[in-house]
Amino acid sequence: MVKTNTVARTGNEAMAEAMRQIDPDVVAAYPITPATEVVQIFAGYVADGLVRTEFVPVESEHSAMSACIGAAAAGGRVMTGTSSQGLALMAEMLYIAAGLRLPIVLADVNRALSSPINIHCDHSDTMMVRDAGWVQIFSENAQEAYDNMVQAVKIAETAKLPVIVTTDGFIISHGMERIDMLDDAEVKKFIGEYKPEYYLLNIEKPVTVGALDLTDYYFEHKRQEIEAMCQSKPVIVDVGASFGKLSGRSYGLFEKYKMDDAEYAIVAMGSTAGTSKIVIDKLRAKAVKAGLLKPRVFRPFPKEEIADALKGVKALAVMDRSDSMNGHEGPLCLEIKAALFDKALNKVLLNYIYGLGGREIGLNDIENIFGDLAKAAKGTGMEKVNYLGVRE
Amino acid sequence: MAKENPQKKPGWKSLPQGDLIIGGATAKDFKTGDWRSKRPVFISEKCINCLTCWMYCPDSAVIVKDGKVVGFDYEYCKGCGICEHECPVKGKAIKMISEKEAKANEKK
Repeated sequence: MVKTNTVARTGNEAMAEAMRQIDPDVVAAYPITPATEVVQIFAGYVADGLVRTEFVPVESEHSAMSACIGAAAAGGRVMTGTSSQGLALMAEMLYIAAGLRLPIVLADVNRALSSPINIHCDHSDTMMVRDAGWVQIFSENAQEAYDNMVQAVKIAETAKLPVIVTTDGFIISHGMERIDMLDDAEVKKFIGEYKPEYYLLNIEKPVTVGALDLTDYYFEHKRQEIEAMCQSKPVIVDVGASFGKLSGRSYGLFEKYKMDDAEYAIVAMGSTAGTSKIVIDKLRAKAVKAGLLKPRVFRPFPKEEIADALKGVKALAVMDRSDSMNGHEGPLCLEIKAALFDKALNKVLLNYIYGLGGREIGLNDIENIFGDLAKAAKGTGMEKVNYLGVRE
Repeated sequence: MAKENPQKKPGWKSLPQGDLIIGGATAKDFKTGDWRSKRPVFISEKCINCLTCWMYCPDSAVIVKDGKVVGFDYEYCKGCGICEHECPVKGKAIKMISEKEAKANEKK
């Protein structure tokens, strides 16, 4: 394990610091609350000569992702950052980045989508692009945001897939925390030099990028992309383990917190996982067998592993910070249910849609959910889908 | 279920990743002539060999030998008709005819 530097950083600062240490070839970005600072701080590093990055200030997020795609196809290591409407505007280009298998890393600060217009946290933005072919890694706090950004570069370049690293808007992005940073040189050594096999600026090995694929080839290329997503799972695990050796902080596909003997479990992503841990510690002191499963990687979804981890619970609550507008559950709940179904695990499962547009979720809310789970496990008829803290 | 592959096209396991086409000048391998609904016919006795058609052809499908137009490469000619349109000769040294007519002429 190497020497680390303990510093106070907000989530946005932590992500910008990671980008400084990574020193990508190109960053193309357009500002949007609450992700503005990520690229604003990074632009400062460019101006101060702390990085060698070509910074492209573009006129929209669609252009930002387009410029990223061009730069990555040319052979560069490329990063960007955005949020909410910005990610929505990028949506068309996100599919292209993934289809062309360009290892772009995007810092997304999760924020609600309009309408109604809102700048606060929920997960609607990244959920909207969950089928775009990007690996999606959620962060619980600023430390994880920093760690995930460093790992994302290696994951993207090994799996040949673009990666989104998220933080919860304002909650993580603007909350200052104590984090441990690696030395610049250690980060550079960890990610290594990016050497793409084929790239447009290599005139020795000419290639065509983005050719028309009709009925005869499109399906095969999409099948490759699906396979790359499946194969990214061991890559993420390997990178998480080697990062652990370096920093003392190991990462997997998801985190289990006091799950080994848990009877009641909460499944939550992002900052709510941290809130849940405090409640779980409190309940454990009262001999309630409570636990947390925190999916870190939402794409690819580790369905077998998660189903195995939930095998022993009596009841579970799946926390969705967005809704699928499908007339029933949220997107994470659907994934969890599909995972359980394939292992023939018929669990008492409650879905909580919470925190839309930044609505607060507190310790007492989570404690109440564990109370609901105990009732549901005893057969008390509970609502299957609950809208936490919404006024009737 | 995977499909039988009678055309011997590469499957997803052997295709280059990411929609890449590896190597240069691969457009040559893509014969675009079968898109054509009309074809240019060369009338050599009217041609003044100005090479205007050769310059304008977007598919480099005008065949020139020793500085003279000799005909068209129908494997790549898409039948756009620019050559006929641009031909400066009065009465035109290039005439566009339908593929149907061309095929009927071939049978004669």
